[in-house]
Amino acid sequence: MFKGLWKPICATVAVLGLLAVNPALAAWQLDMPVGVTTLSGMIRDLHREILIICTITAVVLFGIMGYALFAFRKSRGAKAATFSHNTTAEIIWTVIPIFVLIYMAVPSARGILEIEDAGNPDMTIKVTGYQWKWGYEYLDNGVSFFANLDELSAEAARLDSGIDVMDIEHYLRDVDNRMVVPVGKKVRILLTANDVIHSWWVPKLYIKKDAIPGFINEMWFTATETGVFRGQCTELCGRGHGYMPIVVEVVSEEDYAVWVIENGGESPTLSTTEISTDSSVAAL
Amino acid sequence: MSEAVSHDSHHDDHGPAKGITRWLFTTNHKDIGTLYLIFSLIMFFTGGAMALVIRAELFQPGLQFVDPHFFNQLTTMHALLMVFGAVMPAFVGLANWLIPMMIGAPDMALPRMNNWSFWILPFAFTMLMSTLFMQGGGPAGGWTLYPPLVLQTGDAFPFMVFAIHLMGISSIMGSINVIVTILNMRAPGMTLLKMPLFVWTWLITAYLLLAVMPVLAGAVTMLLTDKYFGTGFFLGAAGGDPVLFQHIFWFFGHPEVYIMILPAFGIVSQIIPTFARKPLFGYEAMVYATATIAFLSFIVWAHHMFTSGMPIAGQMFFMFATMLIAIPTAVKVFNWTATMWRGEMTFETPMLFAVAFVILFTIGGFSGLMLAIVPADYQYHDTYFVVAHFHYVLVPGAVFSIMAATYYWLPKWTGKMYNETLGKTHFWLSTIGVNVLFFPQHFLGLAGMPRRIPDYAIQFADFNMVSSIGAFIFGFSQLFFVWVIVDCVRNGKKATSQVWEGAEGLEWTLPSPAPYHSFETAPEIK
Repeated sequence: MFKGLWKPICATVAVLGLLAVNPALAAWQLDMPVGVTTLSGMIRDLHREILIICTITAVVLFGIMGYALFAFRKSRGAKAATFSHNTTAEIIWTVIPIFVLIYMAVPSARGILEIEDAGNPDMTIKVTGYQWKWGYEYLDNGVSFFANLDELSAEAARLDSGIDVMDIEHYLRDVDNRMVVPVGKKVRILLTANDVIHSWWVPKLYIKKDAIPGFINEMWFTATETGVFRGQCTELCGRGHGYMPIVVEVVSEEDYAVWVIENGGESPTLSTTEISTDSSVAAL
Repeated sequence: MSEAVSHDSHHDDHGPAKGITRWLFTTNHKDIGTLYLIFSLIMFFTGGAMALVIRAELFQPGLQFVDPHFFNQLTTMHALLMVFGAVMPAFVGLANWLIPMMIGAPDMALPRMNNWSFWILPFAFTMLMSTLFMQGGGPAGGWTLYPPLVLQTGDAFPFMVFAIHLMGISSIMGSINVIVTILNMRAPGMTLLKMPLFVWTWLITAYLLLAVMPVLAGAVTMLLTDKYFGTGFFLGAAGGDPVLFQHIFWFFGHPEVYIMILPAFGIVSQIIPTFARKPLFGYEAMVYATATIAFLSFIVWAHHMFTSGMPIAGQMFFMFATMLIAIPTAVKVFNWTATMWRGEMTFETPMLFAVAFVILFTIGGFSGLMLAIVPADYQYHDTYFVVAHFHYVLVPGAVFSIMAATYYWLPKWTGKMYNETLGKTHFWLSTIGVNVLFFPQHFLGLAGMPRRIPDYAIQFADFNMVSSIGAFIFGFSQLFFVWVIVDCVRNGKKATSQVWEGAEGLEWTLPSPAPYHSFETAPEIK
């Protein structure tokens, strides 16, 4: 029965290994990437905490089960006991999970409150999902544009294109126009869609929400470092669902001001636009 | 009492009819059970073939075999076939075969309705699959049928809706039959708390089906009127709300996932005590845990929709309610472990599948608990992490339990033993294959790969290749399953009525194969 244990052991080792491996590795990446926003650390810690709790439980539970599978075999001369109840044991193993769950529930609830605190943003971008591209409108300065899949990927992605996509560094994860935001500023995103439901997700920004036609969803992030971060649509939206990437470029405040002017924006200063985001009202 | 029912003595006058009419007009619970199981196996291979095309396309980045629109049709049809065509009918087939034998009844309570509830299915699925050849192709909006996307379906749309209605009617009739049989036809002395766990879990499952299949029917009917009759239930522009559909769908959908796992709990609770040669630990706790899970399944639906936008109070409620499910589920897993503890175990094929079920289903349970944590769920949602999660509970969960049940009761059904070596080969290939297939998908999801995409960024190439290799190992090893069954029916050695040394329950008091009418006179219950 060692073979019977082999799978759970593999699974456990893989999960444990996951804690040790450098998450920056692109290939064979095992865990969530390290985020670049003020909330990403909290979210990733919650993920790790619940993962570790599950792993420990798995090791203990499968360990006990593994011992039973090994020790209480007829071929080793085991004789069956006849018990079928043990109130003490049953109470213990009902109560322990309750405490573990409470232990997890408290920081998770606190996390929800932090994520939902979208007030006082420094700037607001309205993002609209289309079949199959994203539209961006900077409500504070009037910059607006569409972001399509870049031509290199679009060419290579065709059936029998004959192009080796492994040669394309950002295959399916590059766009013609990037969404540019300043570092250290609270960016509010108002999400909606034009046709069907889409979903806007950049893994390293640790936010994801659905873009729903006729409604506005809200989310926010404050990037803590500059760089280019990539994601894509995460709600099935038809034939081109796999082909509407998101690229966010986080730049310094000065570079952002230059970018706004270059793209025909009115004023590079950040201001707050007050917009009702009561999602129970069809605001479009 | 085993000699009270002997096959040849006095039933010849109303045994099975000859030829095809036996199967078309049958009202016999065993024949109908067989029909359900064979139908389920055909759907399992059809849906499986679709999955293999999906995994072949995902073997490496770039588009090699299918158009993205056809890919979406495949993922949608694969899910509909597996959920409504393979897993649910398999459990109904097992219920048909086993419930009358387990409670000491001659047959199901409503045999003609039983015939009808099966024979609807081939028509429903023929119609559903025919949509693949229609203008605009088959449904491609995912099995969750979210509007507005699903309203873009071409000519296939009304056929898909009607097929779902038919499946719903079949399920409702099947579950009414199960409830009536269990509540009215138990042998004298078979009180509710003496019923085998499989019967208990099916009784609760049947109530779940009765509660939620009409909800699904309502949801798809609203889709139909939105598309053709000018209503706007789910259209923002007409004052409706696409998210309303998600609420209605998941109010059906979450109990639905328990419909697909509770009978599996029942099966495993029958098999483990047999091969541990020790009574099931905490029988009553198992019954209450099943009922608790069933109740909780009605108040957690929106955990499928955290990214749709929800008030804070809603997020909190659905998170806490979802986490609660871990408790009765943990009780079940602990009880199975305690049943094995200090037992006298042997590892015939049914036991191997049952043990693998407990371990691998638990892994699916762990990822389910992780998905309940709302802040983290924003990252997991609609990625391959979710795909890994629900396939762990459905494949080495529900499907393994069905295979365990098949090996366990096959000798009772056919009167012959299957080949143990072949069975074990099937088990090990399946178990290795299924883990190579689904475990790497956790990593893909965490790294950021969304589900339902036909092509992906090159950073996901490695684990996708591993996963596809696992898929082909798992897929082709299912041919062993058919081989074992065919070999058993053709060449199997005669089985005793007891079959398994440690087996307990009324079905083992009947001869193998079980007589055409199970218990003509009610057995005595100790």
